[in-house]
Amino acid sequence: MDQFIQLTVDGLTLGSVYALIALGYTLVYGVLKLLNFAHGDVFMVGTFVGFGVLQVLGGPANPKVPIWLVITLVTLAAMAVCAALGVAIERFAYRPLRDAPRIAPLISALGVSFFLANSMQLLFGATPRNYDLFQYHTGTLYLRGLHIGGVTVPLLRIITIVAAFILMVILWFLVNKTRTGKAMRATSFDREAAAMMGIDIDRVIVFTFILGSALAGAAGVMFSLRVPTNVSIGFIAGLKGFIAAVIGGIGSIPGAMAGGLILGFLESYIQGYVHGAHIPDGTQWSDLYVFSVLIALMLFRHQGLFGRPDIRKV
Amino acid sequence: MSDSTPHGFHSTGADGPAIGQDEWVARHADVRFLPARFAVVERRLRVVSWWAWLTLFVGLFCLFPIVETSGYVRQVAFQTVLYMLLALGLNVVVGWGGLLDLGYVAFYGIGAYAYALLDSPHYGIHLPTIVSVPVIVLIGALAGLVLGLPSWRLTGDYLAIVTLFFLQLFQTVTTNWQNVTGGPFGILNIDAFGLPGGHKLKTEHGGVFAVSYLYVALAIFVVVFVALRLLNNSRTGRAWRSLREDPLAAEAMGMPVNWLKLLAFSCGAAVAALTGTLNAALFGNVFPLNFYFITLITIYTMVILGGSGNQAGVVLGALIISPLLELLRDADKSRVLFFVALFGGLAILGRRNRRIAMVAGATLVFGFVLHAIARAIDGGWVAGQPGAGGFATFVDHWVIAPQQPARWIAPVAYIGVIVAALLCSVLRGIVRDIALVPTIYLGAFVWENVMLSKPDPARYIVLGLILIVLMVLRPNGLLGERRVEIV
Repeated sequence: MDQFIQLTVDGLTLGSVYALIALGYTLVYGVLKLLNFAHGDVFMVGTFVGFGVLQVLGGPANPKVPIWLVITLVTLAAMAVCAALGVAIERFAYRPLRDAPRIAPLISALGVSFFLANSMQLLFGATPRNYDLFQYHTGTLYLRGLHIGGVTVPLLRIITIVAAFILMVILWFLVNKTRTGKAMRATSFDREAAAMMGIDIDRVIVFTFILGSALAGAAGVMFSLRVPTNVSIGFIAGLKGFIAAVIGGIGSIPGAMAGGLILGFLESYIQGYVHGAHIPDGTQWSDLYVFSVLIALMLFRHQGLFGRPDIRKV
Repeated sequence: MSDSTPHGFHSTGADGPAIGQDEWVARHADVRFLPARFAVVERRLRVVSWWAWLTLFVGLFCLFPIVETSGYVRQVAFQTVLYMLLALGLNVVVGWGGLLDLGYVAFYGIGAYAYALLDSPHYGIHLPTIVSVPVIVLIGALAGLVLGLPSWRLTGDYLAIVTLFFLQLFQTVTTNWQNVTGGPFGILNIDAFGLPGGHKLKTEHGGVFAVSYLYVALAIFVVVFVALRLLNNSRTGRAWRSLREDPLAAEAMGMPVNWLKLLAFSCGAAVAALTGTLNAALFGNVFPLNFYFITLITIYTMVILGGSGNQAGVVLGALIISPLLELLRDADKSRVLFFVALFGGLAILGRRNRRIAMVAGATLVFGFVLHAIARAIDGGWVAGQPGAGGFATFVDHWVIAPQQPARWIAPVAYIGVIVAALLCSVLRGIVRDIALVPTIYLGAFVWENVMLSKPDPARYIVLGLILIVLMVLRPNGLLGERRVEIV
């Protein structure tokens, strides 16, 4: 039972990170019908920005400002830089290709992803960066927390989950209750018709990239509060985020949230319960299960749980 | 060697795609879009038929080892032939079939690993080459069929991602299934190719790369090239093109679309698997990371640079990219390459465009002046130059190179040059020309101080840049046909 609670909390944390990444995929896909391969690497840049700001603020053990402010500032900085990065990528790598054959922006996205990962390696090397989570304010955030049964749920985990939840609520509000959100939904529904109705498509797309990339930045910080980060993390994180988006139905916002959580639980339980799924040296067979599930899902229900089947008009 | 088959749709060039344009008009518009000289050369080249070009090319390649005796250079040549083969295979799927296959390298890996398992002390099996290679090609083709199956239901991005997951699966399995694949430590001591008489084709003579493998690879290249060429000029090839241009219309016209997709995947995979055996037999070892994202991007860059859909083009792409990646490994060659490319490019563009010529001149002056100022203020700012020699001397007097650069310099300069270059692409007119001067100089500074010391990320950054810039400026590559999505 204790193990179950432990795994559930772990799955919830992991799942909220995946959900945030998946939201970025889903938003961009919804508006542009483009699979943004570079999204995982934007996330990776976010983890590094967070690390940099954390060092500037004096590190987790003896920060110059209160610890809650440290976490807020780190997250906001990562979100801001990622948003700027996302806008730049859209402007220079995707916008010139908006009317090209669909294969073109995909290849461009591959190039961007490769470029970002290697640029980060050039500048900061391949060594892992650790946020030193046990050190947070000399351990308070990690060692204290809720006690459920025999399990301690660290305060840091709770903060992560709550923050992810708050971000999702904000996103829901932006998409459903504001004018820009309405424009986004319209663009997603039918780009040409939306343009004819006087919606500034370019602005909507830029806004979408800002939202998606900022969420990736936040996800980056939350991810690194769990495990150390390195420059090659973007590829796998991107794939996982994409899986989450597909599970929920790509293009659907609640779908991405649900998909992220499902994937988080799935991975956590597989690692915990399936024999040999987690080999101590860090290589994970659990990925094999996750990817197999995804390939099967793509083949038999690629519209996902919440998505609509796409109907081709001839 | 360019395609003699009917051309697809062309656009009016710089203004982007055109819808439903007349083919003849479009082709002429496209010719106008190219630099005039390039189009003339291309038309002249087309007069001679493709097999004559192939013979000439392979003949020259065969003579190459006679001229060049360095084992290292010969090995680079061998690798280039491998890349040419891989590019040919990928061209079938991406260029002809129009299917974005991101799992392509997995087949390369499957070929290499299959050869490693069938011909090595790992299991003690030593099949004769004459048996194992055809079997492996068959295995590759079958694997291609299996991966092609999702293409029945999925298209575009979804297909791309499923194939990418396939690559990831391959990677996970080869890294983790230690009993069979040796895990991250790979399989070592793989047999060389065997001759019918029981001899082994030696991989080296006295520590120097054996040329025989280069010839074997070239022979395979010729066979593959001709086979694919004939296939493309056949009914199947035409059907593939119709599939690429519009799957829905092709299906409506009674094409067996699903089987065509499988055939494309399978042909590509078979070529990749065949190349994999060559790789394993020569190098004698296989590791999971040899068959991963980096290789995938490399092959894609070759295909896109050369012009996807054009056999001669993708071979040209491999011929450019593969040696380029080798040159970028070495700091001295890398430096020469950068400055030759930079000023050579400016000089060629400047011959027809006086503004660019002025930008080039201004950059040169700017560099010398800045260097002199920096030297006058603090000698340490320019003391970080390695070596001497003709070219290094110029660089030494032109680019600022701090002896012990502060840690913040590299990220700031690198990000700065990217931002500056992006801004330059937005600006127009005289403002851009002025902005270009410091940008180019900053680029040289970054190359000299940040990128030269770390060749591995640096050369992959170059690859990524080539890919992005190509897609934005010239998605049809050097020799490819410009294609238009028909709405």
